[in-house]
Amino acid sequence: MNHVVNAGAWLAQLVAVTTAIAAAPLLMGWVNQCRAWLQNRSGAGLLQPYRMLRKLLYKDAAIASAASPLFRVTPYILFGAMVCAAAVIPSLGTTLPFTAAADTIALVGLFALARVFIALAAMDIGTAFGSLGARREMLVGFLAEPALLMVFFTVSLIAHSTALPTMAQALAHRGAAIYPSLAFAAVAFLMVLLAENARIPIDNPATHLELTMIHEAMVLEYSARHLALIEWSAALKLFNYCCIGLALFLPWGLGAGDWRSLVPALGFLTAKLAVAGAALALIETFSAKMRIFRAPEFLATAFLLAVLGLLVHLLLGS
Amino acid sequence: MTDPAWTMTATLAIPLAWVAIGSLGLLRARSVLIAGRVLFPLGAAAALLLAFLSLASIGAPVQTAVLPLGLPDLPFHVRLDALARLFLFLIGAASAGITIFAAGYFRSGEGTPPGLLCLQYHVFLASMAMVVMADDAYLFMVAWETMALSSFFLVTTQHRIAEIRAAGFLYLLLAHIGAIGILLCFGLLQGGSWQFTFDAMRAARLTPAWSSAAFFLAVFGFGAKAGIVPMHVWLPEAHPAAPSPVSALMSGVMLKTAVYGLLRVGFDLLQVRCWWWGLAVLGLGLFSALYGVIFAAAQTDMKRLLAYSSIENIGIIFIGLGLALLFQGFGMALPAALALAATLYHCINHAFFKSLLFLATGSVLHATRQRSLGKLGGLIHRMPTVAWLALVGTLAIAGLPPLNGFVSEWLLLQGFLFSFDLPHSFVNMLVPIGAAGLALAVALAAYVMVKFYGIIFLGRMREPRLAAAKDCGRLESLGLMWLAAVCVLLGIFPVTVLALLDNVNQLLLGSGLAPQIDHWWLLAPVARARASYSPLVFLLGIAGVTWLTVLVVHNFYHGRVRLTDPWDCGFPLQNARMQDTAEGFGQPIRQIFEPFFQMRRELPTPFDGAPRYRVEIGDRFWIWLYQPAARLVQATARVVGLLQQGRIAVYLLYSFLTLVALLLLTL
Repeated sequence: MNHVVNAGAWLAQLVAVTTAIAAAPLLMGWVNQCRAWLQNRSGAGLLQPYRMLRKLLYKDAAIASAASPLFRVTPYILFGAMVCAAAVIPSLGTTLPFTAAADTIALVGLFALARVFIALAAMDIGTAFGSLGARREMLVGFLAEPALLMVFFTVSLIAHSTALPTMAQALAHRGAAIYPSLAFAAVAFLMVLLAENARIPIDNPATHLELTMIHEAMVLEYSARHLALIEWSAALKLFNYCCIGLALFLPWGLGAGDWRSLVPALGFLTAKLAVAGAALALIETFSAKMRIFRAPEFLATAFLLAVLGLLVHLLLGS
Repeated sequence: MTDPAWTMTATLAIPLAWVAIGSLGLLRARSVLIAGRVLFPLGAAAALLLAFLSLASIGAPVQTAVLPLGLPDLPFHVRLDALARLFLFLIGAASAGITIFAAGYFRSGEGTPPGLLCLQYHVFLASMAMVVMADDAYLFMVAWETMALSSFFLVTTQHRIAEIRAAGFLYLLLAHIGAIGILLCFGLLQGGSWQFTFDAMRAARLTPAWSSAAFFLAVFGFGAKAGIVPMHVWLPEAHPAAPSPVSALMSGVMLKTAVYGLLRVGFDLLQVRCWWWGLAVLGLGLFSALYGVIFAAAQTDMKRLLAYSSIENIGIIFIGLGLALLFQGFGMALPAALALAATLYHCINHAFFKSLLFLATGSVLHATRQRSLGKLGGLIHRMPTVAWLALVGTLAIAGLPPLNGFVSEWLLLQGFLFSFDLPHSFVNMLVPIGAAGLALAVALAAYVMVKFYGIIFLGRMREPRLAAAKDCGRLESLGLMWLAAVCVLLGIFPVTVLALLDNVNQLLLGSGLAPQIDHWWLLAPVARARASYSPLVFLLGIAGVTWLTVLVVHNFYHGRVRLTDPWDCGFPLQNARMQDTAEGFGQPIRQIFEPFFQMRRELPTPFDGAPRYRVEIGDRFWIWLYQPAARLVQATARVVGLLQQGRIAVYLLYSFLTLVALLLLTL
């Protein structure tokens, strides 16, 4: 926290954010590739998301004539929010000067801000799909948000802080101590991650079937550069969530102060994300999409587990 | 700091000025022009002056005065301290915006003539200011009752409509049931001295049992005014009935006087406090917050939706209040100050964003004559000023950073993080569940506000005649802009606000957050290593990245746009009525929280020629509490009615029997 005016710290911050922006589509490509392999398909390759973004950026944007300015600015705001989120998440190092501006509660607020904007934009055109998607997205959102907050509460009890880098640092230096409460929190977090990123038990990113989709229904009216930004934001969101999970539950290998420690940290991050992406693909392959009204049960379980983690911490004092 | 004696006089002059401005309205009662163009703007100027005076002198020492008014031997006492000044600021600043909006809003031919309305309105403002300034129970009750009566007349502005009269009556009834509670509370507080000044009450030594009784009478009395469940039933009836500036004033400002009253009794007048009061208030607040927001999600009338959302916000305020009491009861000074600051912050926030949204619904109502969400839509194209300013209110009330609603929720959650350190092994596990409930209520509020904003302003117009809607006038937009600007400022500069609130902390708790709030741009109420939040940097970060993205995308790629029809899924016969309605948007909430609702549904069969779907949402408290109470009152009235024979001989007999009984007693 003493590095607010330190140029090296800001450089590390810049590297972390740039890495997140650049690598997010790669993570998306890796998850898709793993899923293809698990399903005995050859897959489109790791770089497919980049090709997709390039294609979309060059196209003419087709916008419904009934759209308001809100519809057009939303993709940019969404991208801005996700980049800011990346700036407070310790993906490479724990020296992040920007973190002073937003702790985990503000991070949850930041995700909520993005969600509200995309839901409003979905309602802007006035098609049945858009408002259906908006309604479902907000449904998943209001169920997932308290669970996420409770996960952060549990961890902040151990770290005595709600700033994410401080939490990661405290957890990394706990030595061999084992916290049963963290196990509950980790499972709850995984469930929230799946729900918030429109992954399989809640939503299916690969479908355009109207009865099942949530995220895709909301962005149906977007095209070209707007769609590219939305897809990129979605990839960044997955990247951010994965990095939060890694920072909280596998916080080893994060760089400390200077920028030289970023190189090994980058290696650690790549390895951890590769495993996490493969695990995500595995989960998605083994489970089936739920009916939308099973989603509350799923997320209520996540919420309950997070609260249980909290209570376990209080009961055992660890 | 301004000169103390001078500020007292000036502050007292403003309610008087309001009454005078109101009375001037009676001279030309039918003239919309005089009321709207002269008197209401004058009232707004007075309100702004009050806000400025109170803000400038918030750190000044306590001032008291005795007014040469009231009954013989029972003069009015007034007192200005940090708590009173804070709420005077709230009243002044919020009502300045509302009043300037009202100047453009009220038109002729809507029930009460404008001159009379002007009087009622300004008396209402003056009485709220006097409630906050009162330093004895007598003046407090006089002002409190004036407030209830003037607002009753304002609610029933369109008194020719039977439902509006009924709503007004319900409000008056609950206001008076609450007033009885407050009166009894003051009766206990004087503690046998029979002195009704607040100073005497501070000096009275009550036992914990009597203190608890007084406190819960206050919770009951002020809770009825604030709209705590189960005394909330008047809010969703009175707010849709009242004209929008009046709804804004009642919801944004009047509810806060009830919070003020509870703070005054709980933290100032009562000297003995028990920690378990905090637990009770916390539970009450939590239940209200969840109940309010769940019902808000199911509403189809825009003002009713906002009324339920007010219940939710009052619930959040009570959660903070309960937390502060709890921490103070266990002697934890810093967390108590944090929770109290969050409570006060949320009071101010709610005053601004809720007023803003109520006024926006007023503009929509004037432009479309429609309150039902199912018949609105697409108004952002016809009413851009209202729509964009309402967006600020929507984001603020949904608790999103970097606006003001988020700051108070952030502070409250930070307060909750201390509840694990409570030195009571049962409570320290129960209270974290409260944090979970609060998080759920806040997340649901975002759902409700997306529904509110999306259905009114976005999408396509559900009725063809909405195309004729006009944006609001200049005075109205000025009022909305003022409220929206304060929402943004309260969100961006929380440290400045907290420094002001700390005066109240010092007064009520004897300690504050002072050493922790040194950086004007960084909010770190406990310690920087523990938690910090900087809305300014946050806003600049998002805005900077967004701007950079726009630049990059538009410079490196072309910015060509083609306007087309929306995608119709191969079904070209879509119309605006096929959008999600308010019922549709509320459906997941109705399904998940079904036990909360009293629901009557009529579903069409597949063979219906003209299928109709109907769903009615009722409040279970009507059936559980109010209908049995009404039946009890009626039954009692019937029994008492047996005494009334209507013959003079019987009444003479009663007098005779009473006389005999009294004689027997004295013998």
